[in-house]
Amino acid sequence: MPVIPIAASPHGPAGATGCHDDDGRIRRLELPLARREFLKGSGILIGTISSGSVLAALAPSTVWALELKQLSTSEGQTLMAMGRVLYPHRKLPDAVYALLVKGLDAKADAALHDGIRALDRSAGGSFVKGDAATRLKLVKAIEGTPFFNTVRGQCVTSLYDNDMAFAVFGYPGASFDKGGYITRGFQDLKWLPAPSKQASPPLYLG
Amino acid sequence: MARFDSNDESVVVIIGSGAGGGTLANELCQQGVKVVVLEAGARQSPASFVNDEWKSFGQLAWLDPRTTSGTWRVAKDFPGLPAWICKTVGGSTTHWAGASLRFQEHEFKARTVYGDIKGATLMDWPLTLADLEPYYARAEDKMGVTRTHRVMGLPGNNNFKVMYAGATRLGYKDVHTGNMAINSQPRDGRGQCIQTGFCFQGCKAGAKWSTLYTELPKAEATGNLDLRPESHVTRIEHNDKGRASAVVYVDKDGRQQRQKARVVCVAGNAIETPRLLLLSASSLFKDGLANSSGQVGRNYMRHMTASVYAIFNQQVNMYRGTTMAGIVKDESRNDTRRGFVGGYEMETLALGVPFMAAFLNPGGWGAGFTEYLDNYTRIAGMWLVGEDMPRDTNRITLNPSVKDKWGNPAPNVHFDDHENDIAMREHAWRQGQRVYEAAGAVKSFRTPPYPSTHNLGTCRMGANARDSVCNGYGQTHDVDNLFISDGSQFTTGGAENPTLTIVTLAIRQAEHIVKQMSARAI
Repeated sequence: MPVIPIAASPHGPAGATGCHDDDGRIRRLELPLARREFLKGSGILIGTISSGSVLAALAPSTVWALELKQLSTSEGQTLMAMGRVLYPHRKLPDAVYALLVKGLDAKADAALHDGIRALDRSAGGSFVKGDAATRLKLVKAIEGTPFFNTVRGQCVTSLYDNDMAFAVFGYPGASFDKGGYITRGFQDLKWLPAPSKQASPPLYLG
Repeated sequence: MARFDSNDESVVVIIGSGAGGGTLANELCQQGVKVVVLEAGARQSPASFVNDEWKSFGQLAWLDPRTTSGTWRVAKDFPGLPAWICKTVGGSTTHWAGASLRFQEHEFKARTVYGDIKGATLMDWPLTLADLEPYYARAEDKMGVTRTHRVMGLPGNNNFKVMYAGATRLGYKDVHTGNMAINSQPRDGRGQCIQTGFCFQGCKAGAKWSTLYTELPKAEATGNLDLRPESHVTRIEHNDKGRASAVVYVDKDGRQQRQKARVVCVAGNAIETPRLLLLSASSLFKDGLANSSGQVGRNYMRHMTASVYAIFNQQVNMYRGTTMAGIVKDESRNDTRRGFVGGYEMETLALGVPFMAAFLNPGGWGAGFTEYLDNYTRIAGMWLVGEDMPRDTNRITLNPSVKDKWGNPAPNVHFDDHENDIAMREHAWRQGQRVYEAAGAVKSFRTPPYPSTHNLGTCRMGANARDSVCNGYGQTHDVDNLFISDGSQFTTGGAENPTLTIVTLAIRQAEHIVKQMSARAI
């Protein structure tokens, strides 16, 4: 089972925005992977990307692992499950929800630990083991609390600003380096009548 | 580029380099006037802009501390980010979408035409559309606005095709790809739009007009412009006669500097401009500079805004091509049978996945939210923007409990929607949804306002000094060599995106300043 090092990249960690300033290229493939021998953190999340998914071709490996610095494995799993309740995307792999945990792990404080513990306790010990309806009910019950707001706020940036999410949702990201969409379908929609030439003049071709 | 001495009392100092400041600088420099532009932000270029929503936001947006209050939804969703405007050379012309619409005649006479609206401080402008028409024409030519001066319209993208189909089926007549300051063909040394879909992130093709690579380099080429980026102004000083005499700023190395000035023009956008006047209070001007009327900071307007996003059964891919790719103008008229005064425009808008997640429904979660992201490629979107009512209680004040990094009080932005704004937003949402239903939408969503991009009115112009800050040329009533050169001077907001009018007023103001300087009046 190959485990690919990205966290220990010689170019330094991919920042929150995933941009490598050195070559100007924008990389968003932030698979949360860690080199096995370096693991000495507080916990670890491990998963696989289905080899049939569109993401398999993007990823250097279908296996990922995220080393946690402050959260335990169990806390990380609870947060991943909470992320799935907040923003349920069937097609988004666990690796994306692990990015949520990565973001929260970096700023874990007592309130976060307490919030996770309370959520687990409300589920009778393990939020992860609750059924879907129960999980939804339990998250609904804490809506608006600082813990809820912290996790939800982190979801917005962690879940939707990475290459895997872009691929799943069909958003190609940067376009200038590909020449924009002037020759790549900016007006290729055919299922509605075309606008008049007055409303939408033809493209200037020189 | 010129470099003027800090003790040179003959220069005009302009604070801000966006639509107002950047245009004014070039117009003055072309007439041989020596100009120092102090810009708080750093200098970027089309090469350094990034096709990445969050990264670009970090590069261009004004992120100094600001606070909010009032019942507007932005205060709940984005309490520390009342406005989405820029701190960079070129100001918000780096970020704007390019829509360049003239005000309508009646919008300069809002008090006369709309009447005495309770809870609003409507006032007529001290000028008319006829006064501005020649300057509008010059602004459109300068900016290369499509469908003016024989500049052809832009080709519509997929998002526009959806809007067009729905709007025309609904019976709307005035539907087209807009009047845009985006090159539909090469013009003025800049290339044509290549439809990147990243208008908001700074146009990497340089096809969209921005003072960053039009007005400012042209001004620099005259040898009359001394542009100083990363220069954050903290105070305007005056002499014992009460005339503006110098501007104090913190330079990029954190050192305090003082630039003497013959004339000072403030163009920091409608939050920072009144904040700076308030910060410049003195023993002579106890309530802030040019504030004998008490109107500095008041009548803050941000346009009635909202959006509609709709899901269709087939692909749209709205992210391809110009962000604001087309317009429906039919609702921009004043027709009180709709239940409100003033009007609104419907303009296509597209967001990438990161910003859809942040702005579709701030605070929203669950399956009702994720459905929109899951169907991202089958979504069309539009922005609704209309005239909001000025109110003297909607205002910028100094918040003594929050300080910026130079120790000055942060601005607080207080806003309560007027009932006219609420009625207009309801109407606009309903019509926007009907447009998409007519085009075959499966479902649609009413997105609440984004942080304000159109910030207006906080140093309004008016006929007399009792109830306004400046005259029809933006010249303050109290300090004759102090000018308001941005959207702060708007008396009322109109329905239209404000940049064209800001540029128009700057061209006219430059002419006035040159005349007054020649006559030694200032």
